[in-house]
Amino acid sequence: MTSRLIGKSQSRRSVLTGMAAGAGALALPSFFPGYTHAQSSEPIRLGFQLHRTGIGASYGRWYERTATAALKVLNEAGGINGRPVEIIFEDDGTDPARGAEVFGKLATQSNCDLVFGALFSHVVIGTAPRAAELKVPYLVCSEGHHVASGMLNRWTLQPGITDVKSQVQGMAPWVAGNLGKKVTMIFPDFAFGHDHRDYFTAAIAAQGGEVIAQIAIPPTETSFTRYFPQIPAETEVIYHVMVGPAVLTFVKELGEFYGSGARPQLFGFIDSLEAVDIASPGLEFLEGSHFWEGHPRVKQADASEHEVFYRAAVGVDDNGASVTDPADVATYAHMFSTWETLFVIKAGMEAAGYQGPADRQKLVEAIEAMTEFAESREHPQGAKTFNGKTHQAFGLQSITQVQGGKLIRVHQTSLEDGYYPDEVDYTSQSF
Amino acid sequence: MTVATRIWAVHLAVLALLLAGGFLLPAYHQTNVAKVMVLATYAMGYNIAFGYTGLLSLGHALFFGAGLYGAGMLVQHAGVGAGPAALAGIVAGGLAAAVVGLLALRTQGVAFMIVTLMFAQAGYLTILYNTAWTRGDEGIVIAREARVLMGFDLSADLPRYFVGLGLFAAGLVLKLWLVRSPTGRVMVALRENEERSRMLGYDPYARKLAALVISGLYAGAAGAAYGLLFGYVGASLASTQYSILPLLWVLLGGAGTVLGPLVGALLMFYLIDYSSAFTTASLLVVGAALVLLVLFAPKGILGTLRDRWLKWLP
Repeated sequence: MTSRLIGKSQSRRSVLTGMAAGAGALALPSFFPGYTHAQSSEPIRLGFQLHRTGIGASYGRWYERTATAALKVLNEAGGINGRPVEIIFEDDGTDPARGAEVFGKLATQSNCDLVFGALFSHVVIGTAPRAAELKVPYLVCSEGHHVASGMLNRWTLQPGITDVKSQVQGMAPWVAGNLGKKVTMIFPDFAFGHDHRDYFTAAIAAQGGEVIAQIAIPPTETSFTRYFPQIPAETEVIYHVMVGPAVLTFVKELGEFYGSGARPQLFGFIDSLEAVDIASPGLEFLEGSHFWEGHPRVKQADASEHEVFYRAAVGVDDNGASVTDPADVATYAHMFSTWETLFVIKAGMEAAGYQGPADRQKLVEAIEAMTEFAESREHPQGAKTFNGKTHQAFGLQSITQVQGGKLIRVHQTSLEDGYYPDEVDYTSQSF
Repeated sequence: MTVATRIWAVHLAVLALLLAGGFLLPAYHQTNVAKVMVLATYAMGYNIAFGYTGLLSLGHALFFGAGLYGAGMLVQHAGVGAGPAALAGIVAGGLAAAVVGLLALRTQGVAFMIVTLMFAQAGYLTILYNTAWTRGDEGIVIAREARVLMGFDLSADLPRYFVGLGLFAAGLVLKLWLVRSPTGRVMVALRENEERSRMLGYDPYARKLAALVISGLYAGAAGAAYGLLFGYVGASLASTQYSILPLLWVLLGGAGTVLGPLVGALLMFYLIDYSSAFTTASLLVVGAALVLLVLFAPKGILGTLRDRWLKWLP
């Protein structure tokens, strides 16, 4: 489903001005294409590859709301280079083949200047080749390591969210120092789970810890009871990253397995429970356990003014749910990336003096030249650094604990915790 | 005009239209039609097994995936060029079909469906689990510099379109020849009455195996082409969905018709593309279209045309 958002409606005066400018431009010989383009008051058109349907729909719903809220703020502040901005949302069905088609549709049919917003890794990886073919910037909000690993191309960037390798590495020192050093990992037996397995195993080893068991759960599994006896008795921490509809069953059955007796510490990525109320029946077992959150869904006592502004603008209450429906829990740990990416686009376009599609390469180069994003309304999740060579942002990560059914932050990493050596230099690649 | 002339004229006219499309279509539709031609090639192969031989397989995603990964992995991990990789993909598709066929053709009907489905699911999970090689559900990107065939950059719109057209045209001509040959008539005889074919001296097992292998070669070729033309090799393209899709394309276009798979794939692609602009329930629209088809044109679009007006259509 395509939908379009225009932040500013045009006044009669601006339309007449635009018509006059257009007529003038037509009358002029094309000696000054840059000048004539610079006078355009046409909206800048941004394509949004949206997981409106398919497995990513719960994320997509909130990604759309967040991007819409950011667009409103951006246009109220004058748009980009004085031009209003428009977002055209197109559903990709959370499917990589459709993702590439949607990218082409946004770039060549809707004439978008760039495309952003995709979260799911397989959609990003399936789409990135098309971005390079069309030479259209593709700004992803995926947290996958695929950008920084060098797998993609110069037109694909991830300036709005930290990648999973950095997230996992950032968590490991605190887990080893506070929860335990003997870790059993339970993860889905496909690429997402394997990334966690590989990155965390290395990261905890660097902290003097050890992964003593790796329990891979087949993606077709609907009951998990038979896997729990594989958890070694000496396990101090269970690291779990189950995703999908079976996650509630997983937690419930884990609770039944341990009963009211002693259990290891639990540490999980909130990906398991994004858009799920942590106080849902069956999740009582999670009380006292810890989670990674990119951005804590519960408003913390020390929330910054920027965080408060962002939360209100998107329409999220203090518990992390929609202000209009407390049962509609946000995908808060990830969705900030669409907001922040939009403001990186604004900064990039303004730095590049962006006028139109001919300046797409300049835009990529302008973003590559960025190094830091200060905590601000534009970056409410917190300060970040951006590595132009790897096209990847690095931000602060939070560890929260379930206390009385709410996720309360107990630790925040430093930026340095998440750094790792560069694996690619996209700036050395041609466009 | 003889029937043979008329048949060739119609099919060549379709190819001429597609050729013209390469020059006339806007960029977005050019890429779409290139993809449809690759998928229609896959569906043509499916039609040889299902539409002509009566083998209702739910395992063709394995053959498509074998071609996709057979070509993609060689390019990605062994640095093999696009041409040899494509050939390897075709062979991989045929080989997968031969192995599955040797076992699955010992069954018939619903059992054949289930056994082929199980093989395809096993193949899908193999891709999913072996992330070190396949990157599982995420898939892998075929580097742009590797997507060059005989000097043509397959990542550019026009060469991609014409390579897709070349693949489709080769598949179409071969299929047209096959279904009008004695071998093709035996395939139809097997579909209509296997016991009678056996009594006439044909070996149903060998004939069905041959049909399945030919079908697998088509699927492998389409899979390899998909990876090389569009630069992405992912597990979702080898999932059950990709066993069911060619069945739907063939049913929509007309099972047992040469051009039916193209018509079905094209219609369903654009049905989803256009309906998704208005509703999130685009698959419901597809479902409704299929229900209407079953009610009013159970033999598919070209099958119905053939029944009513174009008796000569192969």
